[in-house]
Amino acid sequence: MNYLMRRLTAFPLVLLGVSILVFVAIRMVPGDSITAMLGTEAGLLTPAQRDSLAAYFGIDQPWFVQYWRWIGGILHGNLGISVTYGRPVLDVILEHFPLTLELAVLSMIIALIVGLPAGIFAATHNEKPSDLGVRIVAMVGQSTPSFVLGLLIIYTLSAGFGVLPAMGEFAPLWQDPLRNLSQLILPAITLGFAFAASVTRISRSAMLDVLSDDYVRTARSKGASARSVIWRHALPNALIPVVTLSGIEFGYLLGGAVIVEQIYALPGLGRMVLDAIQQRDYALVQGSVLFIALNFMIVNLLVDLAYVALDPRIRLGEQ
Amino acid sequence: MIHLTRKLLSGITLAAMLGIATVSTQAATLHMAWSQDATGLDPHKQTAFSSLRLLELIYEPLVRVDASLQIIPAIATSWEFSKDGKALTFKLDPKAKFQDGTAVTSADVKASFERILDEKTGAAARANFLSIASIDTPDAATVVFHLSQPDVPILTAMSDVNAAIVPASEIKAGSIGTKAVGSGPFKLDKWDPNAKEVLSANKDWAGGATGVDGIEISVLPDEAAILAAMRTKQIDFALLNDPLVATLVPKEPSLQLNREPVLSYHVLQLNPSRKPMTELKVRQAISCAIDRQEVLDTASLGEGKVTGPLTIPAMATDPSQLFCYKRDVEKAKKLMAEAGFADGFSATVIGATGEPPTAAAEAQVIQSQLAEIGVKLDIKMMELNVYVDAWLKGDFDMAIALNGGRADPYTMYNRYWTKAGNLQKVANYIDDTLDSLMQKGRAETDPAKRKVIFAEFEKHLAEVSPWIWLYTSYSYTAQQKNIAGFVPTPTGTLFSLSKVTIQQ
Repeated sequence: MNYLMRRLTAFPLVLLGVSILVFVAIRMVPGDSITAMLGTEAGLLTPAQRDSLAAYFGIDQPWFVQYWRWIGGILHGNLGISVTYGRPVLDVILEHFPLTLELAVLSMIIALIVGLPAGIFAATHNEKPSDLGVRIVAMVGQSTPSFVLGLLIIYTLSAGFGVLPAMGEFAPLWQDPLRNLSQLILPAITLGFAFAASVTRISRSAMLDVLSDDYVRTARSKGASARSVIWRHALPNALIPVVTLSGIEFGYLLGGAVIVEQIYALPGLGRMVLDAIQQRDYALVQGSVLFIALNFMIVNLLVDLAYVALDPRIRLGEQ
Repeated sequence: MIHLTRKLLSGITLAAMLGIATVSTQAATLHMAWSQDATGLDPHKQTAFSSLRLLELIYEPLVRVDASLQIIPAIATSWEFSKDGKALTFKLDPKAKFQDGTAVTSADVKASFERILDEKTGAAARANFLSIASIDTPDAATVVFHLSQPDVPILTAMSDVNAAIVPASEIKAGSIGTKAVGSGPFKLDKWDPNAKEVLSANKDWAGGATGVDGIEISVLPDEAAILAAMRTKQIDFALLNDPLVATLVPKEPSLQLNREPVLSYHVLQLNPSRKPMTELKVRQAISCAIDRQEVLDTASLGEGKVTGPLTIPAMATDPSQLFCYKRDVEKAKKLMAEAGFADGFSATVIGATGEPPTAAAEAQVIQSQLAEIGVKLDIKMMELNVYVDAWLKGDFDMAIALNGGRADPYTMYNRYWTKAGNLQKVANYIDDTLDSLMQKGRAETDPAKRKVIFAEFEKHLAEVSPWIWLYTSYSYTAQQKNIAGFVPTPTGTLFSLSKVTIQQ
């Protein structure tokens, strides 16, 4: 409990650091909201026109005044207004987040359902042809770029089986669950494939480690069945690196899967941030990066808590 | 007998087809896709290609240009220059109505142009209208623009959606850009940025009934995915940028590709304020060393045509007659030697990633061509906004650019090639000949004489070679074959979607 409290109190500090970083970084990139809107035509603006547009975009003040205003707003729960959407940043983020969350959960489910058994299978068949087969597939899965896999899937499945990407008509889960799943299954497979490959590889090597440990030999020598050795004795201990990996991957996915969202035209967080960066929608970029950072911290915390559940010997923060 | 039966049969088939055709023209939504979404709704401020294409369906300017770039009526039914060229009078269409039901009056026209001219607005096309001294509205259907000097190109500039007429009441309410109330063929029902637009037919449009009940535009960022969606008939009509994807369209039996040469041009901008591009002979040597057709063939699969500075069909001259449009490496080497650069020099060329998609390939071809005369090019690709920033500051040795065109050469080039041009610091080159030819072209009302003036302008510009004009590409639209009535134009406008029908 003590540990949890300490971790939670660190949150605001980390977020403050992130806020300064993102605020400065996006402003250090050349170009601003005006050039993003007008492109080279921005050169035709008179100084007075430029000033008035700068005021409109809220970039007329020195950066520290802008930062102060922004931080002040956040303390009141106001992340600012997105200039592209014309709506509060938080609304825009919360509108795009459910899709990203769902996609992350789906691909993690796919990754664990496929990856864990495959990893265990490979470990128990160490250096046999079947192990080699699993390892080759995992290697291919990890090294295939998602845009290649995504386009291949679209071309083969959408033409052959009529399973279709969203095409801008995305159906939220709570409105039409079936249609929503049919739209998300291809992107989830695309993401899950590479994810499953890393789960396979890490669970295989973790399992191999554990299987050579003394207590497993002890269990075996006491006559425990092969199945019981693997599932009851070895697996819980082999899970720790898998949890770490899945946690980090999941945290990344919560930041949006830019390429997959782009290919399947999904209105997720990743594409939203990318568009916001290109359009120099400062408030939206800042707000969503903070949001993503917060998610990552929560996921990390959950991962640490999961360690305790998996291995009672670990007592967090109590040396 | 057999002959007669056949005739009869074909007659019946024809009748049946006609019948189907008439039945099918009602109640339909056109599903459209593009890869880049509009970036805003204020017609006076937007310059992004998609924004203009969207807003042209919602708002109307006073006049429009047709497929051959001739001025045709829009909100104004007729117009006339005074004898001295200093007054331009418009008669407005009495049927023209905004989508909130109010009539379009001369007061709206006046308020719209005052908004464009107001520096506080930040209007993109303001520079084109600076000759407007005052605006009179003798009655609700008449507008008179008084000009400080004769300005023929102003009429073409008024055909742009950046000069759209918006309701005076909306200007007052400050709601331009948040609410789209135009007088055009479609109303904007919903806009979900970077996802989709929903448009419905404007039943009160003065231009008559539209061919479809509505248009739904989906933003599909990946053009290969757009093609996939068209194969499965989810999308009826799409805008394509990437020639690689466009050339795949004709391979699908149910799809049709429309290609139209556009006004915008691919160009290698030299920076004549930087050594050694300050030397005329060096610039000319670069021009002679570049094989424009090879750039086009390699970077753009030959999709386009080599062009001089004038891309407007009615104005363009035969590019093969321009300075060094036939590659001449020997001449180039000789020019380099005369300028004192027999051993060549090093320079950096900048380009924007993906804008146009061919930018990197163009830079690479040019790099290898210029290597033959000893010019060592270092290619620097940048994110679009970073590139725009450097471009506007004139901070480059050379730049690969895709610059927009206009229907009138003066409006298109006064920003670069006049002494008072707003983008002189980008062009960094001007001489008296260019400036005086531009001023002459601006005041001349006789189309034949204008053509001669601008032909001379073009010839001189190619000779002094501040920039190396390369080629114009095509604008691509892909459609299902049952979509009828779309007319592609050099400006890229999708306005003819207002009369498009979906056949069964």
